[in-house]
Amino acid sequence: MTEGPAPASGYTAEGGHGAVPTGPSVPTGSRTRAPRNSWPLWEVFVRGKRGLNHVHVGSLHAADGEMALSNARDVYTRRNEGVSIWVVPAAEITASSPDEKDSYFAPSGDKVYRHPTFYEIPDNVPHM
Amino acid sequence: MEHADRLAHTDDFADAYGSIASDNDEHRWAFGSGFDDPLAGVDTAVPSGVDGTDLAAYCLMLGDDALILSHRLQEWVSRAPELEDDVAIANIALDLLGQARLLLARAGKADGSDRGEDAYAYLRSPSEFRNVALVELDNGDFAFSLVRLLVFSTYRLALLDRLRTSRDPVLAAIAAKGVKEVTYHRDYAARWMLRLGDGTQESHRRATDAAAAAWPYVEELFRPHDIELKLAAAGIGVDPSTLRAEFDAVMTQVLAAATLQPPVADPPAGRAAAPPSDATAVPAAASGRNGEHAEVLSELLAEMQSLARAHSEATW
Repeated sequence: MTEGPAPASGYTAEGGHGAVPTGPSVPTGSRTRAPRNSWPLWEVFVRGKRGLNHVHVGSLHAADGEMALSNARDVYTRRNEGVSIWVVPAAEITASSPDEKDSYFAPSGDKVYRHPTFYEIPDNVPHM
Repeated sequence: MEHADRLAHTDDFADAYGSIASDNDEHRWAFGSGFDDPLAGVDTAVPSGVDGTDLAAYCLMLGDDALILSHRLQEWVSRAPELEDDVAIANIALDLLGQARLLLARAGKADGSDRGEDAYAYLRSPSEFRNVALVELDNGDFAFSLVRLLVFSTYRLALLDRLRTSRDPVLAAIAAKGVKEVTYHRDYAARWMLRLGDGTQESHRRATDAAAAAWPYVEELFRPHDIELKLAAAGIGVDPSTLRAEFDAVMTQVLAAATLQPPVADPPAGRAAAPPSDATAVPAAASGRNGEHAEVLSELLAEMQSLARAHSEATW
């Protein structure tokens, strides 16, 4: 693993896109935090009409889960996108670090036999 | 609802494969398509036995309520407490604008003038508008705007709910579409009332003041106009006095949950109390449905109509 900054200092949830704090100095139990000046960040997942899975669509601020859900409805489903919404506190997501990219993901790069590419797949099977 | 329960209910879209494979022209869009025309397949002829002028006036009453409140809500955009509420309020304003467009267009068909929606929105003088006073009042603070939205959407949801069975298929279709929209508006406003009323001392004080300021304008919502009574008798419209019980029940519930005292229902004469600003004072028992409005409506329309009046053929 390459040397890099300690994970706890470099990554924060407040940027939105999944890089979240993981170090020991970062509070994760979270209910005892001091009052804050802005609402916490939530990550929003929407399942589209023709989508099979909930997909991450962005983030927003809200005081609690109910408000996050309502805000997500207003911010992310205005164009008739969704049939279902999940919201997750950004601080509750533990994310992989960019520093670990090589050790996490590179090893699977040459294991072509893990893909079912050697089978004949019928035309009417979607989403392979 | 508990978390696990909610997760279980997200699977209402059972046949995902079938929907993807089905032969439609939306297959390219995973998100954002499938829009509906609310009047698709609806017979737009004026029903028999109805005075077209009355029907047009009724459409203007309901349409102007939506148009004017939509404009007031639009004034919040970029000024709401959070960006998310900017968007939420803009969405509500757009819902109401959509209802207004359909209703004003319906008025043009009903009165035989064949005027388009823009002619009604942009080329009428204040005394030709038939909205209630509640919707034209200045926005005041966030609490007042949200109390006003709660009052209006509670009234309008009760109204649209009954209008779904109107003998006019166009009104029925507009109502059916509007019920889903206004249900959300009421929910949004009610949840904010809970947060404000049951929030900090300051938010509780502001919510209390806001409710007191809005309440003198409640009575007019349920005071039937002659045209409303005539159309109700013909099975086309709704007598608003029949909506009061539902309104009171909802308000009692929301105010109690928000730890707010029910405001005293001042008769219109006692309305000197506290509208958000002096300019909003309207004569006692004035009827917006008859075109009687406070000065604030003239100011609102001056802004809303300025572009269309300066450039009469402008499109955008």
